[in-house]
Amino acid sequence: MADHVDTLELREQFDTAEQQKDASTLGMWIFLITEVMFFGGMFLAYTVYRRAYPDVFAIASSSLNAVIGAINTGVLLLSSFTMVMAVRAAQLGQRKTIILFLTLTLFFGGMFLGVKAYEWNEKFQEHHIPGQAAFHLEGVAPSEQGHAQLFFSLYFAMTGLHALHMVIGVGLLSFLMIQAAKGTYSATYFTPVDVAGLYWHFVDVIWIFLFPLLYLIDRHLGKPL
Amino acid sequence: MITTAAPEREHYLNASYGIKSWLLTKDHKRIALLYLATITFFFFLGGAFATLIRIELLTPTGGIVSSETYNKLFTMHGVAMVFFFLIPAIPATLGNFFLPMMIGARDLAFPRLNLLSWYLLVIGGLFALFAMLAGGVDTGWTFYTPYSTTYSNSWVIATALGIFISGFSSILTGLNFIVTIHRMRAPGMTWFRLPLFVWAHYATSLIQVLGTPVIAVTILLLFCERVFHIGIFDPALGGDPVLFQHLFWFYSHPAVYIMVLPAMGVISELISVYSRKPLFGYKFIAFSSVAIAVLSFLVWGHHLFVSGQSLYAGLVFSFLSYFVAIPSAIKVFNWTATLYKGSISYDTPMLYAFGFIGLFTVGGLTGLFVAALGIDVHVTDTYFVIAHFHYIMVGGTIMAYLGGMHYYWPKMTGRMYPEGWAKLSAVVIFLGFNLTFFPQFILGYLGMPRRYHVYPEEFQVLHVLSTAGASVLAVGYLMPMIYFVWSLRYGQLAPANPWGATGLEWKTASPPPVHNFDEPPVMTHEAYDYSTVIQEEIEVG
Amino acid sequence: MTGHIDSIKTYVGVLFALLILTGVTTAVAYVDLGAFSVVVALTIAVIKMLLVALFFMHLRHSNQLTKLVVLGGLMWLGILLALTLSDFATRGWLGVPGK
Repeated sequence: MADHVDTLELREQFDTAEQQKDASTLGMWIFLITEVMFFGGMFLAYTVYRRAYPDVFAIASSSLNAVIGAINTGVLLLSSFTMVMAVRAAQLGQRKTIILFLTLTLFFGGMFLGVKAYEWNEKFQEHHIPGQAAFHLEGVAPSEQGHAQLFFSLYFAMTGLHALHMVIGVGLLSFLMIQAAKGTYSATYFTPVDVAGLYWHFVDVIWIFLFPLLYLIDRHLGKPL
Repeated sequence: MITTAAPEREHYLNASYGIKSWLLTKDHKRIALLYLATITFFFFLGGAFATLIRIELLTPTGGIVSSETYNKLFTMHGVAMVFFFLIPAIPATLGNFFLPMMIGARDLAFPRLNLLSWYLLVIGGLFALFAMLAGGVDTGWTFYTPYSTTYSNSWVIATALGIFISGFSSILTGLNFIVTIHRMRAPGMTWFRLPLFVWAHYATSLIQVLGTPVIAVTILLLFCERVFHIGIFDPALGGDPVLFQHLFWFYSHPAVYIMVLPAMGVISELISVYSRKPLFGYKFIAFSSVAIAVLSFLVWGHHLFVSGQSLYAGLVFSFLSYFVAIPSAIKVFNWTATLYKGSISYDTPMLYAFGFIGLFTVGGLTGLFVAALGIDVHVTDTYFVIAHFHYIMVGGTIMAYLGGMHYYWPKMTGRMYPEGWAKLSAVVIFLGFNLTFFPQFILGYLGMPRRYHVYPEEFQVLHVLSTAGASVLAVGYLMPMIYFVWSLRYGQLAPANPWGATGLEWKTASPPPVHNFDEPPVMTHEAYDYSTVIQEEIEVG
Repeated sequence: MTGHIDSIKTYVGVLFALLILTGVTTAVAYVDLGAFSVVVALTIAVIKMLLVALFFMHLRHSNQLTKLVVLGGLMWLGILLALTLSDFATRGWLGVPGK
């Protein structure tokens, strides 16, 4: 059979465009499940150590700025909104609207990353970087500074991995923008926008859990903000 | 008997030429062969390390290598064999080649992702190979902390990176298989008409996508600890090395089922075709594959019985470990029942299938021994455990792999292998295997620790027997290398269906056309329906 | 996801719900609820996750298989957490030294 159709909308291994769309979407969902397990290992480590050292974790948590964290959470939620609006525009075949909302998503995503960079720098200034000789968390006894380091190790590992996924997302969305500008997507073919949206929302869901777990441990105990 | 090529019909091997047509292929069949080359390389690499280990163990006081080097030998043997041979072996070669054909599809759902999977395995393998050549890694394939994070002076990071990257190969393959099986079955190919090989790979893929990410993040944490000193597993900071073990074994226990489930899928095919009978209890075998995949995730703590894990958790994991043996036993009973009143042929693949059933049973039963807390306290970290898992991995998986390779060789290459030599090597492998590993059960029970190269003199006889067996086994493994290559040029030309098997893969030419089928197939009968096999398919071409 | 195009109103509504819940979880953190604090925080997080998944990720319009995949993934995370914690939470329970 030498005359196999092989286009973006209908690759040669598929029989119908709908089959291809179903397969791609299912594939992305399965990939997201692998990401759940990937982040899950860190959530496990967090749970084990928070149970073991609740007081130190509470003090360490309150050294983070909860208001900035909450605002950043809002920024990311906004980016999810603009992302689903981009997908909606794609469903309706509205090329310019797709580009508008992808741009907004990238803007909010970039803002989130910028705030994160600011927060990390703050930690560096305060000597809260684990593994460094100058590490010191105020309000915690010398014998428990190690436990405090565990909190910050998890903080940086988890928010770092999350940020890495955001950066990858930014790359993906940039690619989508270029394709959208070229008119690649239409109401009958917009699968890449759809599955990229799924990815972006997933990264948002991870942050939905990271925020309370890292920033909001027993805030009533410590100093305000 | 025709041994020269007939006027060339176009098929997947000759449809295009040149290195780019292989390295940039999207054809699942060519990708399967790329994988075949890669895993064969790592098999012999792992085998080379095993050879050095067995030679070192001939004498009680060592002498050929230092203790530090010996640590590297068993580590690299384990790393090469587990991550770069056993995990990919059957799924990435036979699975990649035959899954689409068995369900009547033109290719997998994501062909370019499939090619990426191969590249990831190769890149990961290169990292590991670099580590081995640059001086080796000595932590054991299990990378326990704090030795791997803090104290080892060997190439831990490079090896860990290699495993991390190859893990994504496994994840993507699993993802590809799941989507393919769900969305690309031919008309009429309902779930319960699928070959059991497909069910086995479906279950395997579930494990790959759910388990592998956890070892990936574990390696990431190990990397951070070793490079940035962030101390998640460091007791000095309040960290717990046992947490590493939990995370490591959460994947690595199900991983052993990644290694054995596809093998069981092959055995199901072989038992049926060489008894010329449908498999007894098809649904039981199908569901038991999925049951194994699910249950395999509930038992990992049996690797932590003496680690400092709570006794309560030990009781729970021991109890759950007994359950995972049940679906495996169901398969063995069903295969045996299939043989009853079957029309049995003793072709080479069937010899491997028989070998599998016997050796896997021994391995599985001894798994129950070590699942018992009391016995495990005595035999953990001894050669008893080594013998247990080699009976499954080598006596089980590798025999099934070889059986599958022989069974599918005609379809993949269009050539028959020489049956006499093949039978001989199957027997040599079986005998060599038992001579190598049975003494190890005794050694372990008597107290010989694993990962030691210096041992009490009274163990020497058993070690010598084991090494002698390993020599025989090595010969047995080299033989197929030789005659398979020979057959590519001089082997009898294979017909479409040399074994008279059912299954869509046998309805197309040997070797298959690029898009697998000349006409899109429709499945009109139940699985393993031998009344549908046409005599013309079996005639020698 | 054939045909189902949600209205802008739906998405805006979900966004507001998410933002409000974010504010709530932040404010509640400053109230002393003892051991209940973490339950409230996680419950709110789960609700936010469900809103994102069901509406933004179109899970409510997806087929059974997709829903099963999501459920399965979350269950598997549950297995990882629950069985590992069965070790850490029970150390010392049996009164045997070192166990």
